[in-house]
Amino acid sequence: MTVRRTIAVTGMNARADNPAPGLAVARCLRESGLPLRIVGLGYDALDPGLYSSRCDAGYLLPYPSAGEEAVFERLADIHEVEHFDAVIPCLDSELSVFATLEDRLLGLGVRSFLPTHEQLRARDKGHLTELAKRVGVRYPETRPISDSSFFMDSVKNGWDYPLVVKGPLFDAQVVRTPEEAVQAFRRIAAVWGLPILVQRVVEGDEFNLAGLGDGRGGMVGAVMMKKRGLTDKGKAWAGVTIHDDRLLELGRSIVAALRWRGPLEVEAMRGPDGDYYLIEINPRFPAWIYLSAGVGCNLPAALCALIMGEPPPILPPPQAGTLFIRSAEEIIVPLVAFESVMLTGHVSATGGAAKP
Amino acid sequence: MVTRPSEASLVDLPSPAALDRIAVSESGFVFDPTTGDSYTINATGLTLLKLFRQTRELAPLVAAVVAEHEVDPVRAERDILEFATALRQYLRA
Repeated sequence: MTVRRTIAVTGMNARADNPAPGLAVARCLRESGLPLRIVGLGYDALDPGLYSSRCDAGYLLPYPSAGEEAVFERLADIHEVEHFDAVIPCLDSELSVFATLEDRLLGLGVRSFLPTHEQLRARDKGHLTELAKRVGVRYPETRPISDSSFFMDSVKNGWDYPLVVKGPLFDAQVVRTPEEAVQAFRRIAAVWGLPILVQRVVEGDEFNLAGLGDGRGGMVGAVMMKKRGLTDKGKAWAGVTIHDDRLLELGRSIVAALRWRGPLEVEAMRGPDGDYYLIEINPRFPAWIYLSAGVGCNLPAALCALIMGEPPPILPPPQAGTLFIRSAEEIIVPLVAFESVMLTGHVSATGGAAKP
Repeated sequence: MVTRPSEASLVDLPSPAALDRIAVSESGFVFDPTTGDSYTINATGLTLLKLFRQTRELAPLVAAVVAEHEVDPVRAERDILEFATALRQYLRA
């Protein structure tokens, strides 16, 4: 007998210029052929994924900054209605909270397959220099700063422009002058806090690898992509699958070194000499993850198997040369559905009001 | 006795592995699966890419281009060398 499972997926803020991955993950699950009910979890009544037909229901969560207890209580309330079997967090800022709550959620019957706190720490931007050394990959020199005056003397101190100014969790901007750098510092620090990271620019092309670690050092599957078109924020709106053994090996080395558990995205630059530089490791699927389903290597579906303790499917090597091009389209939302989210934090697929 | 072509008569091409990995369609669309880059090439380029997979020797390459595209040998040689240089840059190999 086939069991229909319910999977909750976060990150429904699929905004056109910088989408979160949740809706793409839901789309992969929806098209996997698995008998699934999908519950979208968002943070704002205007999160598009809450109203998408790719989710059977949508709910609002408190922001992770509200604390673990608030998030747990809300998840427990939603679970009472939806009885979801698993949760897939899709945002960087959530991972720590969900890792902390993993056992408590399991107590409710909600499974997940997440990196540990230790694994999360090892790949955070402040520790990538050490990790890069461990796996033998080049990493652009990076320095944490807590004072924007750094940029006034940076050239004198050997930090020539352009530079990359990065937030501790998210956001990055290439800056070309001290003034631009100070502005970027203030903007990013206001949202993401300190320290801000300053990184040397690596010239070359950006490549990304989406993968899935089995928690024992193995990589269940991987899809590699080169960005072919960027939004103003530097996010991919078009890309093409590639196959490069060196990038695949880099992904495998990272997963093996960390015994990574769950989804990840490796961002790397290939310099003019053909060598890769590690840029970032994101502890979640990327927003372009639907490309994995598009090339027959559905990583979110494979994650479901890992979550449920089942052997993951054997994924074929993805074929190089398949493009994705992201398009924005409007979801029509009846007022009653929007009202329901605003008042109760919940909407069903039929656009109905919240259940009692 | 077998005579080997001198280095001067060999064209400096991308590595055989690089030439083998690229996908080339009859329309002249070229895709490099390692870099994700794509290019379009004209009919002469298409002829040359196919020939480059067979030989690095300049003389037969010139002869093939002259025969197929009705250009004089001097022009053909220049085109071959320029195209080989461009390919090395594009394929970074």
